[in-house]
Amino acid sequence: MYFQLAWRNIWRNPRRTTVIMIAIIIGMWTMIFMGALSRGMMDGMIRNSIATLTGEIQVHHKGYRNDPVIENSMIAPDEVETALRKTLPPGAQWTSRVRVNAIASNARHSSGIILAGIDPDQESNVSFIGDKAIREGRYLRPDDKNGIIVGKALIDKFETKLGHKLVLMSQDAGKEIASRAFRIIGVFRAEMEATEKQFVFVTMASAQHMLGLKKGISEVSLVLPKGADVTQVAAELKAALPSEYEVHTWGELLPIITAYLDIYDGFMFLWYLVVFIAMGFGIVNTMLMAVFERMREFGVLKALGMKPWWIIREVLTESFFLLIMGMAIGNALSFLTVLALSGTGIDLSSLAAGAEFAGISRIIYPVIQAKDILMANLVVFILGILISIYPAAKAAKITPVEAMAHT
Amino acid sequence: MNIVELTDIKKIYHQGNVDVHALRRVSLSIKKREFVALAGPSGSGKTTMLNIMGGLDTADSGSVVVDGKAFDKMNQSELANLRLHKIGFIFQSYNLIPVLSAVENVEYVMLLQGVPTKERRERAITILDDVGLGGKYDRRPAELSGGQQQRVAVARAIVSNPSIVLADEPTANLDSETGKGLLEMMREMNQKKSVTFIFSTHDKMVMDHARRLVHIRDGQVADDVVKEN
Repeated sequence: MYFQLAWRNIWRNPRRTTVIMIAIIIGMWTMIFMGALSRGMMDGMIRNSIATLTGEIQVHHKGYRNDPVIENSMIAPDEVETALRKTLPPGAQWTSRVRVNAIASNARHSSGIILAGIDPDQESNVSFIGDKAIREGRYLRPDDKNGIIVGKALIDKFETKLGHKLVLMSQDAGKEIASRAFRIIGVFRAEMEATEKQFVFVTMASAQHMLGLKKGISEVSLVLPKGADVTQVAAELKAALPSEYEVHTWGELLPIITAYLDIYDGFMFLWYLVVFIAMGFGIVNTMLMAVFERMREFGVLKALGMKPWWIIREVLTESFFLLIMGMAIGNALSFLTVLALSGTGIDLSSLAAGAEFAGISRIIYPVIQAKDILMANLVVFILGILISIYPAAKAAKITPVEAMAHT
Repeated sequence: MNIVELTDIKKIYHQGNVDVHALRRVSLSIKKREFVALAGPSGSGKTTMLNIMGGLDTADSGSVVVDGKAFDKMNQSELANLRLHKIGFIFQSYNLIPVLSAVENVEYVMLLQGVPTKERRERAITILDDVGLGGKYDRRPAELSGGQQQRVAVARAIVSNPSIVLADEPTANLDSETGKGLLEMMREMNQKKSVTFIFSTHDKMVMDHARRLVHIRDGQVADDVVKEN
């Protein structure tokens, strides 16, 4: 009967109940959907960064990360390969690269870029570059001696086109300036325009030849099968390698993203609180109105022998119904929105041209995580009940004589 | 045996800088099964007296004993318990819970008392039949006339077998015919269920129905007449 009474009480004024429910629904939807969007943006950033030649783990020669010069290359990659074969779980993919800073130039322009000498087949298993990224021309083949793949943004900037030449210049193993002309055989697109301007790809053999590296490489990048523990694999790999090598996880390679991830949950909580505060005023206001309207009735109930605690329980039960209904609809609406956008995502590139410099994808796919849903619902429910104690206490405090005088 | 014992009750209300003496050293004893009217003009102190008897208001001095319980030794929770089990209230403007049906309104007091669901429903229906509302169990207050609503209020007040029922001008909002019917019904309950009824009024017809008439004037008992049967 308590529940029955509470349920009927909240529908005494259907318009008011509907308005406050809409506020809870919108608040809940905003929390979950915007949270999912933000989580999706975060996931996209991590995915992009990992796919943009980072991988989940990288192996370098000691000192390469602090000073990525050719002298810090790995000159005997065979022993790294042996360690990789021994330690990596089945399903892991890895690739070797030559990676140096260089200058690309043609007759009109020149620009600092990163020259990546790759194993075309292995590379496409580890990073974004591969057949799928090519928009014009073709992808590299292992026997391409002079072929180079450049980004769409770079080719536009250089005002050049497929089939034209591009000259690369960098310091070689003998500390001399090495330069070589390559012919553009393919144009790639990346998630971020910055990537298109930053990287050019040639075969590993061409890069090694140009830089006088013989069999030397700059880095090994690897991705693990889903569910593998990156930190644990990195530790095993480190133990299996001689001491002149360094092993880093993506978390260490991308410190800004890692720091952002660390404070992300805190941001989400703050975001939920801000939304709730706006919503909370609505809840308190509605409950206060509902309580003041019925002060006389609470007085009667007290006169009949109802104890203050029972009145608090009565008002809180009404808040409970309002919250549960609003939360259920708000949750359902957010799931439906996320479901509807899970295939196509939201293209925000036109709204935020600079966003990609922060590593944010052009298209954001909302991601729902159980802990975000739980946190949003707990914030609304617990704080919702807590703030309802105020109107409930008001109702419980009034004496029957005062209440009877209430009109 | 006295069911209500008021001794030297004083009550002053402070309204701004003015002190209003609502009750001036009032003493009154009421026996079990009495059917008493506290009569007097508006502002004479009869509602204050009822409120003090019901533990809804506290006296500034003097002692109140209801059903053997002295109020000055009881806290708010104990007073609430006493009201729940021993005192029934009927108000001038019925004060039923609008979202509950007639039978649910009557049941509500028993719910607070912890009476099991089935027994609650049976007792509520029986009492509604007794007050002449058979067949109107599921009507909400808005679907009942004033007289019918006040009958539900009477049913609610007596369903838990209280020792006393305090009624503050129960017929004030009713026409004389309906008021008369209600009084006859209350008198019937008084005799049938041995419940003490104390009501305030300034209506001549109500005073005529009372078996004892206590006149209150300026916060004092001016006259106390027990009628012969």
